[in-house]
Amino acid sequence: MKKRLNLTDLDCANCAAKMEAAIKKIPGVQDASVSFMTQKMTVDAEDGRFDEIMQEIIRVCRKIEPDCRIQY
Amino acid sequence: MTGKQKKMLIRILASAVLLAAGLLLPAAEGIRSALIIAAYAVVGWDVVWKAVRNILRGQVFDENFLMAVATIGAFCLREFPEAAEVMLFYQIGELFQSYAVGRSRRSITELMDIRPDSANIERDGLLEQVDPEEVAVGDIIVVKAGEKIPLDGVVVEGNSSVNTAALTGESLPREVSAGSEVISGCINQSGLLRIQVQKGFEESTVSKILELVETSSSKKAHAEHFITKFARYYTPAVVIGAALLAMVPPLLLGESWSVWVQRALTFLVISCPCALVISIPLSFFGGIGGASRHGILVKGGNYLEALARTETVVFDKTGTLTRGTFQVTAVHPEEYSREDLLELAALAEQFSDHPISRSLRGAYGKELDPSRVSGVKEISGHGICAQIDGREVCAGNGKLMDQAGASWHPCHRTGTTVHLAVDGRYEGHIVISDEIKPDAAEAIASLKRQGVRKTVMLTGDSKRVGESTAAALGIDEAHTELLPDGKVEQVERLLGQKASPKGQLVFVGDGINDAPVLSRADIGIAMGGLGSDAAIEAADIVLMDDQPSRLALAIRISKQTLRIVKQNIAFSLGVKGLVLLLGAMGLASMQAAIFADVGVMVLAVLNASRTLRVGKN
Repeated sequence: MKKRLNLTDLDCANCAAKMEAAIKKIPGVQDASVSFMTQKMTVDAEDGRFDEIMQEIIRVCRKIEPDCRIQY
Repeated sequence: MTGKQKKMLIRILASAVLLAAGLLLPAAEGIRSALIIAAYAVVGWDVVWKAVRNILRGQVFDENFLMAVATIGAFCLREFPEAAEVMLFYQIGELFQSYAVGRSRRSITELMDIRPDSANIERDGLLEQVDPEEVAVGDIIVVKAGEKIPLDGVVVEGNSSVNTAALTGESLPREVSAGSEVISGCINQSGLLRIQVQKGFEESTVSKILELVETSSSKKAHAEHFITKFARYYTPAVVIGAALLAMVPPLLLGESWSVWVQRALTFLVISCPCALVISIPLSFFGGIGGASRHGILVKGGNYLEALARTETVVFDKTGTLTRGTFQVTAVHPEEYSREDLLELAALAEQFSDHPISRSLRGAYGKELDPSRVSGVKEISGHGICAQIDGREVCAGNGKLMDQAGASWHPCHRTGTTVHLAVDGRYEGHIVISDEIKPDAAEAIASLKRQGVRKTVMLTGDSKRVGESTAAALGIDEAHTELLPDGKVEQVERLLGQKASPKGQLVFVGDGINDAPVLSRADIGIAMGGLGSDAAIEAADIVLMDDQPSRLALAIRISKQTLRIVKQNIAFSLGVKGLVLLLGAMGLASMQAAIFADVGVMVLAVLNASRTLRVGKN
């Protein structure tokens, strides 16, 4: 399943790159992309565990950029 | 400016006043230091706080941490003004960056402001305003003058001109009347239109385009990947360099600690790769946005980047270089006037729905009187015979002329020839052919000027028609009488013939029946994408209107964008390298370093935002 999510207060481009790299490492994530320019995140992950994976993504992102909120 | 940015601006101004006071007031040393520390605290408390918080979370090489270490290090060396100035400049840079990026983002969203807000639906004779998503296929919607057409459909009532500029970049409005298909996102300029909806909102052109533009930033260019990778190594390397610089000379050579620690702190100040990390994606984003203003939709930064290295361009003929509709291109009468011959042909063919008949009527253009014609006989494979004003008129091919006993002669022009005989006497012929688009020859010429090595045309059409079209346009190679799989074979052969490994093969088609070729080519471009889902899906780049010259413009935009990207990479790396070197030799102070760093970022961001205007001369 592919999902596009809005991000708020993503203030640093380097963090966006780090978030993307970290999300891609989460098991079950097929592809991910964090766009600093559009303030959006695209995640392609396993259907069955999507919610679970999403929680992990939120956790990982909070570690990298605590100010950034994922609208999920 | 957003509220957050305004708050930051106030903090920066307050800090600048405090700092100026601390530096200039003729007060005691202690008071001045207190003022400077206050200036630092006002502007930099959040950086230090984030640094502490991030370390606790295991994020070490983060820009907040580096800035905090550098400035606190300066305090330890009792360089109060330095610490405050560096933090102040850093925050000014951050504010500027967030402002500039926000602005570019906004101007691109405005550019793509084609999303309709509401639709007027007629229920029991009353107009009701609803969300376009609630409108079902088959509903009749009303679009008033000045409104955006919210969904794709067919006009059932009303005349108007619609402006497609937001979609195609074409400023000439299109006339529509009952029966015309209209596309969502266009603006109804003059009259009231009643439109029967043919596609739900999700399937409408507007939704497809928005989806495409929004996802385009997820396909990243090589340059973007390079920068992310570079950033991953750059920061740790500079920090390690700083650590060595601080410790090695004092330990091994017995030099002064304070001098080398200070030089090391200079390193930390410029260790953030911000300028690059922000300006490269911004450039591609701007280039894609700028291209979309011209009706060129690029599905990702990677395609925009590859387009600049276009080496071979392969065109499909029908619908791409030619209009794909049949037009009368020559009228060669024997004794009648051209007008009369065309009238006779149009009269004879007036009841037929064959494309050739339609184009004859179209070329004649005037009202036809059906009472003048009687006894119409359609002879399959030959043509039509009819009584017109009491005379026996035959219109058709050579075989029909032989039957009518008329001594006819073939035409030198390529295309379909309709011969005419009146009462058994040959009266001339009319040539109907597919018309070459007006800008096709110019498109090929400008591709050559852009450095494209080879242009190729593939067509299923006959050898004679295909080769004469290719010759008229100045195309290098033409392959005719091809079936769809033959086109794929030709593209594969051409892919193997590329002169340089990085050269790109571009295929341009009208998106009908050429999806396999579009996906086989390095870059597949679909033309006239308005309304055609298959094209939007299969292609990497969609030219919204049907002018082949847009391809040359797309390549130019791509080249301009890449030039800006390269300038930014070279400039940012060059300045950073230079400052690192000067810092290590003790020739650049911390202030100089932060000034250079912020300056580079500001210039790189400004340079990147030029891409929004690419393609405009």
